[in-house]
Amino acid sequence: MTEAPPVKARGLVKRYDEVVAVDHIDLNVQVGDVYGFLGPNGAGKTTTLRMALGLIMPTEGTVELFGRDPLREGARALEGVAGFVEAPRFYPYLTGRKNLELLAALDGDGANERIDEVLQIVELSPRGGHRVGGYSHGMRQRLGIAAALLRKPRLLILDEPATGLDPAGMRDMRLLIRRLADEGITVLLSSHQLPEVQELCDRVAIVDRGRVVYEGALADLRRQGGAGYRLRSTDDTRALAIARAQAGVEHVIGTPPTPHGLSFQADEQHVGALSLALGAAGVGILALTPELATLEDLFFRLTETNGAAGSEQAGADGREDPTERLAQAS
Amino acid sequence: MSSVAASPAVPAPGGAGGLSFKRPSTLTAYRWELRKLISQKRTYMGLGLAVILPIVFVVFQNVHQRHDHGGNNPFARQITQSGLATPVLMLLFLSVFMLPLIAALVAGDIVAAEDGNGTLKTILTRSVDRGQVFAAKALAAVTYATIAVFLSAAVATVGGVASWGFNQITTYSGTVVSAPEGLLLVFAANACYLIPLLTVASIGVLLSTVTRNSAAAVVGTVGIVILLFIVGQIPGLEGIKPYLLTEQFENWHGLLRTPTDWAPIWHSLWLCALYAVPALFAGYLVFLRRDVAGG
Repeated sequence: MTEAPPVKARGLVKRYDEVVAVDHIDLNVQVGDVYGFLGPNGAGKTTTLRMALGLIMPTEGTVELFGRDPLREGARALEGVAGFVEAPRFYPYLTGRKNLELLAALDGDGANERIDEVLQIVELSPRGGHRVGGYSHGMRQRLGIAAALLRKPRLLILDEPATGLDPAGMRDMRLLIRRLADEGITVLLSSHQLPEVQELCDRVAIVDRGRVVYEGALADLRRQGGAGYRLRSTDDTRALAIARAQAGVEHVIGTPPTPHGLSFQADEQHVGALSLALGAAGVGILALTPELATLEDLFFRLTETNGAAGSEQAGADGREDPTERLAQAS
Repeated sequence: MSSVAASPAVPAPGGAGGLSFKRPSTLTAYRWELRKLISQKRTYMGLGLAVILPIVFVVFQNVHQRHDHGGNNPFARQITQSGLATPVLMLLFLSVFMLPLIAALVAGDIVAAEDGNGTLKTILTRSVDRGQVFAAKALAAVTYATIAVFLSAAVATVGGVASWGFNQITTYSGTVVSAPEGLLLVFAANACYLIPLLTVASIGVLLSTVTRNSAAAVVGTVGIVILLFIVGQIPGLEGIKPYLLTEQFENWHGLLRTPTDWAPIWHSLWLCALYAVPALFAGYLVFLRRDVAGG
């Protein structure tokens, strides 16, 4: 029997009076994914995660975790699921260990026996006996991960886990998440830290103004962003004219003379034809290097096109065509 | 966390669907609510009041050594003749405002504080249902109010007996009862007083759930008590007086008569149920359906 997907959201909507925080979001997190949930601040990421964990009620739509709806099945739907939304919160007047004991008691299933183990994993064993009120932000984030691991999760939902951490803390958090994913835990990672997502995630959803503007493999997104090339030549002015005249070579950008040369988009066949055309015209090629769009480029192209254009591009299902949006922005 | 790569292996992910998984009981959640209360300073503010006020009363009475107290109240007249008069008088004094305030301090805070601190979302993403969490919190608030009442009574009894002896006492109806029987009556009177007090706590839990603001819930609960008390004093409203919650604070007087007058106790029992059950049920429904986005 095929296991139900860790997260399956359909048509999720959350309205606060006139404000639509989440607007018909669909999500498909598969087993084994490290799934990036991206969007600018206020895009609706945290609200979506709250609905996924049953903390807030959707205005419309459904969300299932391993086939179970938290609204209908309550805590039972959260079996095998752990994580935190926004910053993890603990009782400041209790020690880190006491907080974990409390949460383990509310987890059952022998969670209490794993406290030492999870404290060791997040390297908080020496501070476990101290009150959480005296913990730094980074320590609380790590305690949040420890609290999640107590549940032996199959799905880990993390909302901005690296926010507020110093560079070393961010690196360590990334290493830990990578390691958890390697252990077989599906991770749903909400973040606006693009390098983190690019390093960790294989699939992403990008939300903007409460709507999903892209969902799929990160590699596909980067392909859709266009295979770019950068060209430096002995005569950039002539090279620019030749490139613009060449069939299959698009989005040629460059204002010679410039030390960075030209940039353009084309498939490999047309790049070959361009190099021959340049050679035939007596323009020497100093460097011709492929450049894949970074996640940051794509993210801004998808989220910084104006809202009106985005609405016009929306299909019947409410989801926009990312290819059109990317092309428009580029 | 710099050596994450060398840290021990993470706990293996749980089994499919958790079919053999045994969920924690409401009793477990309740025990942890009590442990949280024990760990907080504000818990001891209320209990401190419940202890200090009888001590102040006993010390004051010892210093003044007056024998002509109280006009019409038979227990006030016996204050220096039997130590058992002290807990009865303390219950009389504290029942109207101070004990409801102490009950409201925790009941009004118990949901709202967690909402404000964001810890509500922490516990609601574990393996206990919302209903269990609400039940545990309501039970903890009720337990706290009960402890406050009996702690106050115990201190008053010990202080009174130490000062004026474990002697027989005369009840409202003029009947003299032995000291052990008097002690039993003191206990029973406090138990009866719990009926309206736990109703106050239930209203506090409702307001704590609805307002999401500790101060508003505590003040609101005490405000309702004061409002009902004022309504009870308004001339011309005598007809509704038996149905006011604050009138039930004296339900225990029937126990200190011979024969025992059970009518006010039964009356307060069903009347308080009319206040408490809808309050708790409304709080439960709100808690089940509410959005938890605080903190």
